[in-house]
Amino acid sequence: MAEEVLVFGAWGSPFSRRVEMALKLKGIEYKYIEEDITNKSPSLLKYNPVHKKIPVLVHNGKPVAESLVILEYIDETWKDSPILSKDPYERANARFWAKFIDEKCLSAIFKACLGEDKEHEKALEEASELLQFLENELKEKRYFGGETVGLLDIAANIIGYWLGVLEEASGAELLTREKFPKLCNWANEFVSVSAIKENLPPREKLIAYMRNRFGVGTTSK
Amino acid sequence: MAKNDVKVLGAWPSPYVMRPRIALNIKSVNYDFLEETFGSKSELLLQSNPVHKKVPVLIHGDKPICESMIIVEYIDEVWTSGPSILPSDPYDRAIQRFWAAYVDEKFFAAMKGLRSAQGEERKAFLDQVTEGLALLEEAFGKCSKGKAFFGGDRIGLLDIAFGSFLGWLKVTEKVNGVKLLDEAKTPGLVKWAERFCADAAVKSVMPETEKLLEVSKVLAAKMKGAPPPKN
Repeated sequence: MAEEVLVFGAWGSPFSRRVEMALKLKGIEYKYIEEDITNKSPSLLKYNPVHKKIPVLVHNGKPVAESLVILEYIDETWKDSPILSKDPYERANARFWAKFIDEKCLSAIFKACLGEDKEHEKALEEASELLQFLENELKEKRYFGGETVGLLDIAANIIGYWLGVLEEASGAELLTREKFPKLCNWANEFVSVSAIKENLPPREKLIAYMRNRFGVGTTSK
Repeated sequence: MAKNDVKVLGAWPSPYVMRPRIALNIKSVNYDFLEETFGSKSELLLQSNPVHKKVPVLIHGDKPICESMIIVEYIDEVWTSGPSILPSDPYDRAIQRFWAAYVDEKFFAAMKGLRSAQGEERKAFLDQVTEGLALLEEAFGKCSKGKAFFGGDRIGLLDIAFGSFLGWLKVTEKVNGVKLLDEAKTPGLVKWAERFCADAAVKSVMPETEKLLEVSKVLAAKMKGAPPPKN
């Protein structure tokens, strides 16, 4: 039976890239639809009426929204190259840290890189504390998922790539090698995986976008 | 001294703490409920959940699991001989997870806002809560497919996620003098709520509304009497 897989995304979004990374890792063919988030398509609004956001995965006409929900759907539907362990405790652990990244790290990273000067020190400290948890979680593993890229690695794509780009765009220094040697190594490993590499937005384009969107990189630090 | 392999660290008024307890009841798993003292955090809690320092925590053997919905999924995956909490079809599972995330992120924020808002803000939050309930009413129709619960014949993930808020929903209705679950607007949910609260897995852990109201008053007083934030 012919299978139709659509991904509604935005080129710069780590969230829609997560979905593409998972599909690529499993060798699943899909059609990508770029959304202009300032001018959302009728299809997007139809497929995600509740949040009206990307990413949305549409599998044989049925839409799934929310990137972490989509990742689990992908893993349960296409069983080759699993991204979650079979062990319930390891699964719970991966889910815990993925949620931690989305609920805590994202806003902390933004504040640390883009926040106002007087709050800057504090924001940097808070973001560092959060990253330290992830540094510790990595331990001696090559990937968060162990020997292969897993759900948590994909969820951590923000840290593996977007954070570095944000740092360059804003001049902030957060993910340093001296403080986070394991995370830095992991980031290098992560972006070298072909299914991941193929799915990273071009660096220069992303820097320019961030500078423009967040009005950074124009003041001297 | 009774020793149990399964412990839940929690507090009885918390909807989040209710969730793993319902799940364990569904699976007929015995557990020790270790009640945290209001206003302080035990050593065990700080050790088991160093990241968030929050309840609930499930301690299975020596392994801590945190975050209520993650705990519920863990329980479902470990105790496979009991009734399933998640459906078997990946798409149905995704829909349950989607709405559970909606409840925690959007719906809860609106309810929380409503509890503490004043004047104009209150109306805005009330609208959000009403809108949310309309969405959930629609979701109930689609998920239940005419059956008793979001999960079908039996309580499932989304029933647990949303149903755990019913106590506080009733408190919000009383405190604000509004009817949120309404026979006219959300008939499906009204009946579902009755069935959920009466279910054997839920009854013993759903706090009485009167008791929650008292907690609500204590919390409100605490917020009013709180010292101003330091600059």
